[in-house]
Amino acid sequence: MYRQTEIIKEAVPGSNGETGEFTINVGPQHPATHGVLHLVITLSGETIKKVEPHLGYIHRSIEKMCESLTYRQFIYVTSRMDYLSSHINNHACALCVEKGMQIEVPPRARVIRVLMDELTRIASHELWWGAMAMDLGAFTPFFHAFRERESINDIMEETCGARLTMNYMVPGGVMQDIHPNFQKRVKEFIRLYKRKIDEYDELVTGNIIFQNRMKGVGVLTPEDAVSYGCSGPVTRGSGVSSDIRKLYPYEIYDKLEFDEVLETGGDSFARYLVRIREMQQSIRIIEQLIDQIPEGDFQAKTKAVLKLPKGEFYTRVETARGELGVYIVSEGGTTPYRIKFRSPGFSNLSVLDHIARGSKIGDLVAMMGTLDLVIPDIDR
Amino acid sequence: MWSLSHIANEIHTWLSNTFNPTWTQIIEMVLAGVAVIGLFAALGLVLVLMERRVAAWIQIRLGPNRVGPFGLLQSMADTLKLIVKEGLTPDGADKVMFNVAPFIAMIVAMLLMAPIAFAKDFQLWDLNIGVLFVTAISSIMVISILMAGWSSNNKYSLMGAMRSGAQIVSYELSAGLSIMTIVVLTGSLQVSDIIHSQANGWWIFKGHVPVWIAFITFIIAVTAETNRAPFDLAEAESELTAGFHTEYSGMKFALFFLAEYINVFIVCAIGATLFLGGWMPLHFGSGNAFNHAMDYIPSSIWFFGKTFLLIFLIMWFRWTFPRLRIDQLLNLEWKYLLPISMVNLLVTTAMAILGWHF
Amino acid sequence: MFIVKYIKDVWGAIASLATGMKRTLYYFTHHKEIITQEYPDNRDSLVMAERFKGEVVMPHDEKNEHRCTGCTACELACPNGTIKVITKFDISPEGKKKKAIDKLVYHLELCTMCNLCVEACPSDAIKMAQTFEHSVYDRKQLTKILNHPGSKIMEGVE
Repeated sequence: MYRQTEIIKEAVPGSNGETGEFTINVGPQHPATHGVLHLVITLSGETIKKVEPHLGYIHRSIEKMCESLTYRQFIYVTSRMDYLSSHINNHACALCVEKGMQIEVPPRARVIRVLMDELTRIASHELWWGAMAMDLGAFTPFFHAFRERESINDIMEETCGARLTMNYMVPGGVMQDIHPNFQKRVKEFIRLYKRKIDEYDELVTGNIIFQNRMKGVGVLTPEDAVSYGCSGPVTRGSGVSSDIRKLYPYEIYDKLEFDEVLETGGDSFARYLVRIREMQQSIRIIEQLIDQIPEGDFQAKTKAVLKLPKGEFYTRVETARGELGVYIVSEGGTTPYRIKFRSPGFSNLSVLDHIARGSKIGDLVAMMGTLDLVIPDIDR
Repeated sequence: MWSLSHIANEIHTWLSNTFNPTWTQIIEMVLAGVAVIGLFAALGLVLVLMERRVAAWIQIRLGPNRVGPFGLLQSMADTLKLIVKEGLTPDGADKVMFNVAPFIAMIVAMLLMAPIAFAKDFQLWDLNIGVLFVTAISSIMVISILMAGWSSNNKYSLMGAMRSGAQIVSYELSAGLSIMTIVVLTGSLQVSDIIHSQANGWWIFKGHVPVWIAFITFIIAVTAETNRAPFDLAEAESELTAGFHTEYSGMKFALFFLAEYINVFIVCAIGATLFLGGWMPLHFGSGNAFNHAMDYIPSSIWFFGKTFLLIFLIMWFRWTFPRLRIDQLLNLEWKYLLPISMVNLLVTTAMAILGWHF
Repeated sequence: MFIVKYIKDVWGAIASLATGMKRTLYYFTHHKEIITQEYPDNRDSLVMAERFKGEVVMPHDEKNEHRCTGCTACELACPNGTIKVITKFDISPEGKKKKAIDKLVYHLELCTMCNLCVEACPSDAIKMAQTFEHSVYDRKQLTKILNHPGSKIMEGVE
């Protein structure tokens, strides 16, 4: 017995007998982190005293890689940042290049881009929903979410040629025209989704255990949400309007009817509801556009070699996780001089320590679920 | 008749005629031990396969279907894999405790088999405090979990074990109180008496609302006692990787795994015995044609049918609900289940004294 | 009233749990909802999307002729250095020298299936194939030469 106590003391650096605090490592290999995030957690019993994220396990220096690629080539690399909304990442890069080159994108391409963006957003939120339920110990929703997500992936495969890292964007439009089956398949998906949407409430949202796990934990006040630089559903869960599609409309978002989803609770449950309702808004956008795809070119005529004029260019889009900013510094050559991505995951992770203090380990897992962290997006 | 009690009697008669009484006793004990171990192995294989199938169908998947016909040999293959794996002992672990813990879990599960009536007149040991014996022995389970968690020298294991300790000790109370309602109605702790008291109808039908409440409480409490989702905080893979058995591998892990399923079987068997009449066929009133028809179904089939129904119920919970948090888990017990079952026991006692049940 | 609220809480909790259990029981009993595809068994009936980007191939016609002029547009378009065009000079019957490909080396292990080479090709010489079972035991097998041995450029392709 005595020997054991000694070992435990030795194994816990900085632990002291009076406060009973000790540290545990969650990750880089841990079921809750969905990737190679490493959290060093200081605990007092079950209660969290401090959360310290350690980053860099999946850093691939994407920004540096982009500096050696041409403006056509660098877009595909950004699919590997936030791989769940890869299409929206590509969109942001294409927008930035188009802004620099002042390319006019044909209306058909704009509509196709928005349709694909919203499908990607739904696919991303589906996966988030399943993974978050799995964090809380319910395994079944994960498979049910994948049923809907797979049908989106099938649509993507048919039109873009790939399921996850589509690389469908090119500066000036999209790479190929939509597949003849595209509209039919999307309508089928909307029918499937509307038939299954009640299931989400029955299995998870309405469940008393789930509500008790989510309500009142991880409260993020609007002031903190702004000062930590959060974006996307995390801020909207705190009641701060932050939808780039509404505030700084790009493509055709200013002509579309959709609501910016806002919840005022600021807790995990509010962030959960924001994402669930955002899926319905995305469905609304798709329904408006699916029969209204204008005829015409799907790609503007561009030069074979793109050269951005000397200067700095910044665009931002709303990915499934929040605001993605693309900042290009050009010296006038065929490759960017410097690229910086402002990724939503990094800022959203920074709030974790603030909201997790004082709650239980089980809550930490739930909070990480509602922050919807994608680790390659944080590290890039 | 090829009933289980008939076979047992045949063996007993043959042994008594061949050997002297002492040897007969010894041989019968050995036979019983072998039978229990055989039942363990069979149950482990069947229940693991059943769990995987239930999970798969609920999750719109197919489940195991590659090894053997309809995947029936899948759990056999898994066991083979676990047997050939190396059973690692961590360097900083308390070696003795670490290696003994899984066996304690198994011994507890084995002891609990004693008072269970598998069929009519087919029971290892019909001791007169059968139900008390079960509640007493099943609380030893927590010791094996605490030993495993403590000796692993792993913070995750330790936290899982501590959670499990708090959980099992708390939920013993409401499980015990809901068992007490049936004991109050029957007036006996003996398993055979409890079963015979249900000859004219199971307690779940005879006992009105109090017994239904006791049944629900019992199911919730035993789900928590056996550490199964939504109360699987001791393992909680998304929080503590694998909880108290994080450091275990190979056959030692398999023993914990097996013990979990055996415990599920045992608590469901107890539930079936207390509330659903054990091996007693479905009877209404007395002496009509329906009752006679029901009597033709062998008693062992009644017992296993009811038990597996309850096991399915517990599996169904597992694949539907998210996990509770540790403070909510204790709140549920101390603020809801315990007061409810105490009031319920009071009501049942009044009902039993006044004779308001059928 | 405290007691009424307490009972309402308990009842509401049980009702919400029962709703979820009803939904899972539905899936447990309705096996037609199962969506699993038994992949290696359904190889014969498996149809990949026609645009699926599996690997880069160079189509040849029945006379063993391809459309590649050796202009290296694909090599320049590729972000990863996946394609390497090795050219040679053919002597035509009139005695003129003409540039042609000797080998078009394709490193499948480096390819990210971004489709930029196919987009860049001015003569539609390469396209994406729908194969996806690329695993091999030796890395060398992933380096492929796309033009068939002895193949020639098609008549009329410049």
